[in-house]
Amino acid sequence: MTKTESNKTMDVNVMVQLQRQLVDYTASLFHEGFLDEQFNQLQQLQDETNPDFVVEVVTLFFEDAERLLNELTKALSQESIDFKRLDAHVHQLKGSSSSIGAQRIHRVCISFRNSCEEQNVEGCLKSLQQVKQEYSLVKSKLETLFKMEQQLLAAGFSR
Amino acid sequence: MEMQLTVTCFSFSHFYCLLCHHLVSFLHPTPTHPPNHIKGLASLVDCSYVKEEESAKVVQSITMESCNCIEPQWPADELLMKYQYISDFFIALAYFSIPLELIYFVKKSAVFPYRWVLVQFGAFIVLCGATHLINLWTFTMHTRTVAIVMTTAKVLTAVVSCATALMLVHIIPDLLSVKTRELFLKNKAAELDREMGLIRTQEETGRHVRMLTHEIRSTLDRHTILKTTLVELGRTLGLEECALWMPTRTGLELQLSYTLRQHNPVGYTVPIHHPVINQVFSSNRAVKISPNCPVARLRPHSGKFLPGEVVAVRVPLLHLSNFQIYDWPEVSTRNYALMVLMLPSDSARQWHVHELELVEVVADQVAVALSHAAILEESMRARDMLMEQNIALDLARREAETAIRARNDFLAVMNHEMRTPMHAIIALSSLLQETELTAEQRLMVETILKSSNLLATLINDVLDLSRLEDGSLQLEESTFNLHSVFKEVLNLIKPIASVKKLSLTLQIAADLPVYAIGDEKRLTQTILNVVGNAVKFSKEGNVSITAFVAKPESFKDARIPDFLPVPSDGHFYLQVQVKDSGAGINPQDIPKLFTKFAQNQTLATRNAAGSGLGLAICKRFVNLMEGQIWIESEGTGKGCTVTFMVKLGIPDRPNESKLPYAPKVQGNHVSKNFAGLKVLVMDDNGVSRTVTKGLLMHLGCDVTTVSSSEECLRVVSLEHKVVFMDVCTGLDGYELAVRIHEKFTKRLDRPLIVALTGNTNKVTKENCMRVGMNGLVLKPVSVDKMRGVLSELLERRVLFETI
Repeated sequence: MTKTESNKTMDVNVMVQLQRQLVDYTASLFHEGFLDEQFNQLQQLQDETNPDFVVEVVTLFFEDAERLLNELTKALSQESIDFKRLDAHVHQLKGSSSSIGAQRIHRVCISFRNSCEEQNVEGCLKSLQQVKQEYSLVKSKLETLFKMEQQLLAAGFSR
Repeated sequence: MEMQLTVTCFSFSHFYCLLCHHLVSFLHPTPTHPPNHIKGLASLVDCSYVKEEESAKVVQSITMESCNCIEPQWPADELLMKYQYISDFFIALAYFSIPLELIYFVKKSAVFPYRWVLVQFGAFIVLCGATHLINLWTFTMHTRTVAIVMTTAKVLTAVVSCATALMLVHIIPDLLSVKTRELFLKNKAAELDREMGLIRTQEETGRHVRMLTHEIRSTLDRHTILKTTLVELGRTLGLEECALWMPTRTGLELQLSYTLRQHNPVGYTVPIHHPVINQVFSSNRAVKISPNCPVARLRPHSGKFLPGEVVAVRVPLLHLSNFQIYDWPEVSTRNYALMVLMLPSDSARQWHVHELELVEVVADQVAVALSHAAILEESMRARDMLMEQNIALDLARREAETAIRARNDFLAVMNHEMRTPMHAIIALSSLLQETELTAEQRLMVETILKSSNLLATLINDVLDLSRLEDGSLQLEESTFNLHSVFKEVLNLIKPIASVKKLSLTLQIAADLPVYAIGDEKRLTQTILNVVGNAVKFSKEGNVSITAFVAKPESFKDARIPDFLPVPSDGHFYLQVQVKDSGAGINPQDIPKLFTKFAQNQTLATRNAAGSGLGLAICKRFVNLMEGQIWIESEGTGKGCTVTFMVKLGIPDRPNESKLPYAPKVQGNHVSKNFAGLKVLVMDDNGVSRTVTKGLLMHLGCDVTTVSSSEECLRVVSLEHKVVFMDVCTGLDGYELAVRIHEKFTKRLDRPLIVALTGNTNKVTKENCMRVGMNGLVLKPVSVDKMRGVLSELLERRVLFETI
């Protein structure tokens, strides 16, 4: 076996391994409820005309979510809480998260909205906490996912 | 008359006696030896002139004395004197009584014209009487006065008598002429009476004729007419027997058809070519015939005496054809019937002219009445026939309608029934093809598929044809790519052609429009059929297809003389010619090709496939497209050319139609094409916006995104077909919809507004409908869902998802 051939073989093995890893990881995300069907839809929208669609959308989501979370924190730290505004923000976040399929965030947003309607400050604070938690979780997971994909792409596989 | 004679005789004898007396007295003036016997006779006559009854007595008294001048026993002079005295007395008596009687009777009758004469005559008689009276006194010795009176009387008498005599010369001829005139008038009166009688008879006859005619014409029944004629004639003319002989169907005999007296005429027949009959037939007058003639021997000859006179007359039997429109009936009718009339036997009656005339008139009337009856019968028969025909036609029509209905029902049922299993077979076979099969199995499945496709085509053809025949087939009209139709046909036929090693060429003229308006499917079917036939019936060589725009010059070149297509704005005529180098067709068989189910003998032996419907259907489609199709062939073995022309529309704007191109979605499945569909997305959530944009772009749309209502209003235009707006953010979305409607009021091509929302409550849906949105879609939207949404929207222009 020549060097190039053995490299090729090794590349193939790596690629296969990487692919399997990616698939497993994605499956676990779904399994754990971090992502839902909507994420699949996003992946379907990715094609030759739009090769980085998913990454773009997710990045957009991250930016949007962070902004909203800051706003929410700011709003809740006020003395007189403007629940309407709070609700509006949460609504936005809810919409965004459902658009990309971040299921868990979406769910927390729903309960957050309920608290807002009830004007339950405690509940709101609690929900905010939860949202932040979930957000950071999903963010890291997605980032990992993207890294893996990039590795695969680098290894020569096209999706 | 006898009395007159007697009177005349007596008066004449009286005058003669007087004459003799006077003559004698003149000759013998002495009173002695007067011819007393003569006087005696005169007085005798006088008396009898007046009193005839007494004449017998007087005669009796006088016959005792004769005048033979024998000296009687007693003294002659005294006796003679006595006689003279008596006679004179009686004469005077008579003479005086006559005028009295005359006056009396003249007074009685007022018409006697000669009164003056009577007066004269009276005077004469009176004077004569006076004379004789005075004469009485002359028998004895008389004085001179008496003699003078006597003389005067005599003189006067003489004068008057002469006057009377002279008068009578004038009068008597007059009287005689009166008498003759009287006689003449009597004769004339008799003659007039006779003529009156005649006229009355004629008038009677005329009345009879009118009545007869009326009777005859009052019915249109042939039998009644004839019977009535006979009865009335019999009555009017007092006939013994009256009969009618009609010609038989053969025309060679006359048959006794009707008689007056006998109620059941035995079917006597008499040959028609009898001299007597011919004589009668040749004249239109009533002809007297001999009673011994066969037509006249109607009753057994019972009388001992001569049978009555017989008359026969012809009755023309007219037919409808004899009545021309402008002329009276033709005289050349050959059909006559014979009417025979018999006077009563033993009556010595004779046929009078007016009776014959009556018979002739009646015969004519009968002829006319019979012809009327015949015409009526004909028209009744014709009417009956028409009615029967009507009924039959009605029945036939109803049967035909039933048949058509039954056929349509059958077809409708079979359409469904046949297609369903076919569909199953074809679908499952094609699915089967997709699975793992061995080569053998694959071959089998392919065969099944091919056969079932053929069968499906056949079913479609049959159903199409029936619809075509009904006229219920309507062509569709849509814009399509004409060039690609040809290419498609070529692609379909190429495999078969290559198997048969035929070369297939397609030539499309440069000026043939790419797009056309018409029925793409049926045009394809037609071209496919024609080309298919060309390939089918060619064993080798090539098949060439040329398509071009038909020029007006080529119209004249077209072999169809009546076809004169008129190109108009917006339309053109596509002409397609398919030439093959195959077996060719006998020119005689060409017309048969377009009739369904007709199989050309030589071709049938080669190909079992093809029911012969193909060309018939093609022809119908071509005709529906206002075109023509025809075949030319120079003969068997010289190939044939099929040409057809159809009318197609030119599309207005070339980009009007959505040009389909299949976007390459990783080549795995065909997506619904919304290529170039301009869409506007309004969403204030960046992520959602991006996702929606990506979704729509994936489906090929041209997406514009806006993040606010104001921006949306600014950007939205008629180019956008759909506007997706997120209505989660308050009421902005609804207001936006209203504003967009306002911007494009009354425009049919304004953008469809669809709400994209995550809200799953009914209020949202109601609000959307209230503001006049065209649709509502729930987030999250998958690719397939969006695809479905778009296609539904574009088709129906409305989509409200059930919440």
